[in-house]
Amino acid sequence: MLSYAKNETEPLVSLSNVGVRRNGRWLVRGVDFSVSRGEIVTLIGPNGSGKSTSAKAAIGVVKPDEGEVRRIASLKVGYVPQKLAVDWTLPLSVRRLMTLTGPLPEAELMAALEATGIAHLAKAEVQHLSGGEFQRALLARAIARKPDLLVLDEPVQGVDFSGEIALYDLIKSIRNTSGCGILLISHDLHVVMAATDTVICLNGHVCCRGTPHSVTQSAEYVRLFGTRAAKSLAVYSHHHDHTHLPDGRVQHEDGSITDHCHADDGHHHGHDHDHDHDHDHGHHAHDRLADAKAEGERHA
Amino acid sequence: MLDDFFLRALLAGVGLALTIGPLGCFIIWRRMAYFGDTISHSALLGVALSLLLQVNLTLSVFAVAALVSILLLFLQRRQALSADALLGILSHATLAIGLVMVAFMSWVRIDLIAFLFGDILAVSPSDIALVWGGGIVVLAAIAWLWRPLLAATVNPELAEAEGLRPERAKLCFMLLMAAVIAIAMKIVGILLITALLIIPAAAARRFAVTPEAMAVLASLIGAAAVVGGLFGSLRYDTPSGPSIVVAALALFIVSLLPFKRRGPALADQQERNVS
Repeated sequence: MLSYAKNETEPLVSLSNVGVRRNGRWLVRGVDFSVSRGEIVTLIGPNGSGKSTSAKAAIGVVKPDEGEVRRIASLKVGYVPQKLAVDWTLPLSVRRLMTLTGPLPEAELMAALEATGIAHLAKAEVQHLSGGEFQRALLARAIARKPDLLVLDEPVQGVDFSGEIALYDLIKSIRNTSGCGILLISHDLHVVMAATDTVICLNGHVCCRGTPHSVTQSAEYVRLFGTRAAKSLAVYSHHHDHTHLPDGRVQHEDGSITDHCHADDGHHHGHDHDHDHDHDHGHHAHDRLADAKAEGERHA
Repeated sequence: MLDDFFLRALLAGVGLALTIGPLGCFIIWRRMAYFGDTISHSALLGVALSLLLQVNLTLSVFAVAALVSILLLFLQRRQALSADALLGILSHATLAIGLVMVAFMSWVRIDLIAFLFGDILAVSPSDIALVWGGGIVVLAAIAWLWRPLLAATVNPELAEAEGLRPERAKLCFMLLMAAVIAIAMKIVGILLITALLIIPAAAARRFAVTPEAMAVLASLIGAAAVVGGLFGSLRYDTPSGPSIVVAALALFIVSLLPFKRRGPALADQQERNVS
């Protein structure tokens, strides 16, 4: 079921027609995707759609019941699992967590903590961290290993919104500097879209795939996530054709940096009103009417 | 006052406590206290089999304990019954089968109390050699397995994803537990092994900042409990095994007293909360 590819230009990991069966039920079937060096692949889908299972199959934690998983020889993985609870009886500081699966030079350890913004918590016990701080610690641990493939299962859960954007920026910059491949699982559709090359939309099987833009335009996507998601797509465009830099300036999609957001430099506020006209106009308008009605009833 | 038998008891008990400390830590980190209990109860079946088949007692106890742990791993994977129900069944089934078998063998008379509560004052020089020799092997194995075991304790999938083979580590750990129980049975007895596994480790938690420190502390606290318990049993003429457990309990209660609140980690946390 598992074979190793030698070629450097091969994808780090590729799944072909992978299916995982548990207790007589297929959790996922017919999953095809690959992650190459320097590529960010994002798995999205509703609860129970097999996102985590597919990611675990990719890194060999779950053995597929059909299909094939190919990994390059001695692939080094950095993994942030979806759920991780450390028992209170285990005295584990953030510093000790960093070297959980392998030794690490002090400088690299601290650099990873700096990058995720929790260097001041190095001595804190992990049980005392908030949810967001703990996620940052887990991310720091995974990136400090300098993996070939970084697998992040909802890495920003419990992180506040601005921290979330900062962490996705960090994930992108890790890809840019280290050239590792990243397999990302996320619920935050509109935020994650900006930080990914390929989106794979799962619902027990691969529904649709492609660039973030093409996926959100597809009928399969709208069917899966409903017209709400189509609306949140507008939010996505709104947020991600520009980024507010820490110094207050604005970086636009084309990479240019200006002091303010202007309607004529790649970003305009009117955009989101007619964003999805081409395929979903009727629903969209209907939704807005329904919203307005609900709003009126709430006020009454 | 330090009679020969007393010195032997001290040597055996301290050697056992030093060995058991790190294992006890994993038992409480992984919430396996009931597992330890089950494996030690199965030792009585090992005793009965050794009498029936005329084989070495320690080997027989080890074999039965190892078989029961592997059976448990297998049954847990089937996910038919919850883990603690399985443990309850195996624990009492092995204990009862052992007792019934002993009753059938009318030609043997065994001192059941000695097996249940141990007879540390009767250890022979060869027992001491077994405790220290076996202890060194067990500690070396734990040191070798430390990283995969600890990583798997935090999250088995994480350990596996990053290439540490947690299943193998878990199996080795089960076998080490079986070995320690086989060694410990003669000294503290079947019913008190779990106490010696868990109480020193629990007492160490308060003072430890890293898992490694907690393992070492658990060994030292266990050794202190053995020394205290044995001197107490000499002084007050109480049974030695239970006295050791009572001494361990006293140390645990001391660890709960509100002096020296848990080290730098908590201070750090409070500092952050204030700022």
